[in-house]
Amino acid sequence: MSDFFAKGFIENINLQESSNWARDFFQDAVLPRLPEAVAGHLPMEIGTILVMLVCAGIFVAVVPLLPLVLVLAERKVAARFQNRTGPMRVGPWGTLQTLADGIKLIFKEDYIPPQGDKILFMLAPYVIFACSFAVFAAIPFGQSILVSDFNIGIFYIMAISSVIVMGVIMAGWSSNSKWSLLGSLRSAAQIVSYEIPLGLSILTIVMLVGSLNMKEIVESQEGGIFTWLIFRSPFTFLAFFIFFISAIAEVNRTPFDLPEAESEIVAGFHTEYSGMRFALFFIAEYANMFAVSAIAVTLFLGGYEGILPGYDFLGGLPGFVIKTLGLVFMMMWLRWTLPRLRVDQLMNLCWKYFIPISFFNIFGTGIWGLIFQTDDVWSIGISCAIIYVGLISAYAIAGRNIVRKPESQPSTV
Amino acid sequence: MESTQQTESKIIELKPFTDEMIVNMGPQHPSTHGVLRLELKLDGEIVREAIPHIGYLHRCFEKHSENLSYPQIIPFTDRMDYVAAMNQNWGFCLAVEKLLAADETKDFEVPERAEYLRVLICELNRIASHLLSFGTYGMDIGAFTPFLYAFRDRERLLLLFEKVCGARLTYNYIRIGGVSEIIPLEPGSIAEQHYLDEIADFLDYFEPKIDEFNDLLTSNSIFSERTMGVAVMPAEMAISYGATGPNLRGSGVDWDLRRDEPYSIYDRFEFDVPVAKDIPDLGAVVGDCWSRYKIRMDEMKESVKIVRQILAKGLPDGPVMADLKAVRPPKGEIYFRSEAPRGELGFYIVSDGTPKPVRVKGRSPCFSALSALQELSRGLMVADIIAIIGSIDIVMGEVDR
Repeated sequence: MSDFFAKGFIENINLQESSNWARDFFQDAVLPRLPEAVAGHLPMEIGTILVMLVCAGIFVAVVPLLPLVLVLAERKVAARFQNRTGPMRVGPWGTLQTLADGIKLIFKEDYIPPQGDKILFMLAPYVIFACSFAVFAAIPFGQSILVSDFNIGIFYIMAISSVIVMGVIMAGWSSNSKWSLLGSLRSAAQIVSYEIPLGLSILTIVMLVGSLNMKEIVESQEGGIFTWLIFRSPFTFLAFFIFFISAIAEVNRTPFDLPEAESEIVAGFHTEYSGMRFALFFIAEYANMFAVSAIAVTLFLGGYEGILPGYDFLGGLPGFVIKTLGLVFMMMWLRWTLPRLRVDQLMNLCWKYFIPISFFNIFGTGIWGLIFQTDDVWSIGISCAIIYVGLISAYAIAGRNIVRKPESQPSTV
Repeated sequence: MESTQQTESKIIELKPFTDEMIVNMGPQHPSTHGVLRLELKLDGEIVREAIPHIGYLHRCFEKHSENLSYPQIIPFTDRMDYVAAMNQNWGFCLAVEKLLAADETKDFEVPERAEYLRVLICELNRIASHLLSFGTYGMDIGAFTPFLYAFRDRERLLLLFEKVCGARLTYNYIRIGGVSEIIPLEPGSIAEQHYLDEIADFLDYFEPKIDEFNDLLTSNSIFSERTMGVAVMPAEMAISYGATGPNLRGSGVDWDLRRDEPYSIYDRFEFDVPVAKDIPDLGAVVGDCWSRYKIRMDEMKESVKIVRQILAKGLPDGPVMADLKAVRPPKGEIYFRSEAPRGELGFYIVSDGTPKPVRVKGRSPCFSALSALQELSRGLMVADIIAIIGSIDIVMGEVDR
């Protein structure tokens, strides 16, 4: 203990390996540019922390802007799907519409149901909001664009994102509304169920890479599109689709948007919310959407590694964002095309199909790992061949179903 | 009354009973199609009982009618089924005309041209009504986009209606003895030709769209899983509840007043009456939500067929209004039914020979269909209730009148 005080507070903070870049940045880029009087008295640790704080500040400022963009994008995408133009009035091509909506929501009355549980009601949006943003801490956006380089990154993400369901149940229960309760219980059942195939799909990746660290997972995919984990074995290919569909269910989007099924239970768990509290739910939903897409990209689609080997423009950030937005667009596309499943069908899909397939995946990945000790041209070639054959046969089977679509019923006159 | 409509796969094990939760669905609810209130007794997600409460849109149509002259009642019929108001106008006018025809002292006949215009407009109105039904049903099941596709096409129809009567929703176009002459389509004029061309353009555009809708929603696997085999209404049940129109044909009963009791000039047109059949390949059962929905999709095609025949023949020359000095039916009573988009629309009128009726009673197809909801919904899930309400296609204005 005495040693602790002897060394002083600053020295005791153990700056991790991952923060070396901040120290280097401070040493090489910041220190020479500072005036002599300041530079001489600035300990290295404080400088490092300052650099990290500034970076974190940028991050915290930028990430919440994502939902603003995504909400507008969703409305524009939906509008194009539906022969409309979407918001066009506020700003050029309606680009400031979400900002205007946000301001409107801030000024709206913050109504708390008098019969409800006031504290839980006020707390619930923050739980959901905080959790969905905490996920971003472990996502590597680029080679050095990463808030925290945990050694258990993906585990942390799973843990944090499962706290969201707590917020949903809190919101549903505290509203003292039957619709909210129904919505929150649907949500609880759904999120808890779909976390299993989600986790099991992640496990196939972890088995192949041998690490929970997000950065290591990405680095193992260096070297072009065919070293991405999705093509590394046929089982990861399957796992990607299970992951993506489960992720859609996790973030409550059509066809799995039962917790907020407008036509059934009004607005589900956030029926009673208004003003900024409602906005927090809304922002969290879009942040979640981006987060799960980013995780899917990190795990399966090479993260910030490019399609061609050796590409690292801006640390791979543009490629990462493009891939993630591609998946986000997929989610929007599904949302504006598909109807909604029923609760029992939703559970059937999870427990009868996804979970057995996921177990099969894990088993298969183990076998695959035994056969191909290292990833070389052979293993990837065989994997791609199997995926190709699988896709062709799946298309053939699905095609037969498509041909079988309902004919116009002949009359009996 | 133990429900018999559940198929094997739909039975859900319900051993551990929980507390019953009573939820009021409506009168303000996104998918009760107006101001219907359903008292749901829920066991979790499963509906023990769904009791419909109606009357939130009651506007005393029948009492009003007793104090109005016959032509004045027509705008009130617009407000019954406001989605298919042309057909409502026509139903009432048909009844009054039948009553007028009983008076042998007057020679009364609806002009040929008016009959053609009526069929033309009412079949287009039927398409508009089924389009709305299709769109909102998609939205009930959770797909938002079909709704906007349906409304895009319905908009063109509403513009066509606006051209003949100036109104988009409550038309008051079909009058006793003919049709309105407010915006005349002179026989053989350029305006008439232009109008008919516009309808032909619409049909050419619209017919392929029906297949597109079928691709988008009808054959969607999630949609069919949600609707096929759900809430099966067997033929006997449909008849005993008095379900008519697409709901009855969805239950496999081959009955269409336009063909079986032809009124106006329907006997001059060739059209098929779509009737539901089991499709074991897909899982569709006669009388389930999907069959009822599919009948409407097929009926749109038949309406297109009828309108095409009218366009091929061309509108006959002549007046559009019978030479009626005043509408003063003889003493007597009449019940006349016609095939509105939602089923058999009947009007019972008692006349004492004065310009005002003694009694007018409307027989609403939606009311009869809605009464089956309670039996249909027993043991299903909350989401299925929405699917049923959408599939029986109710308009609360007509249920409550």
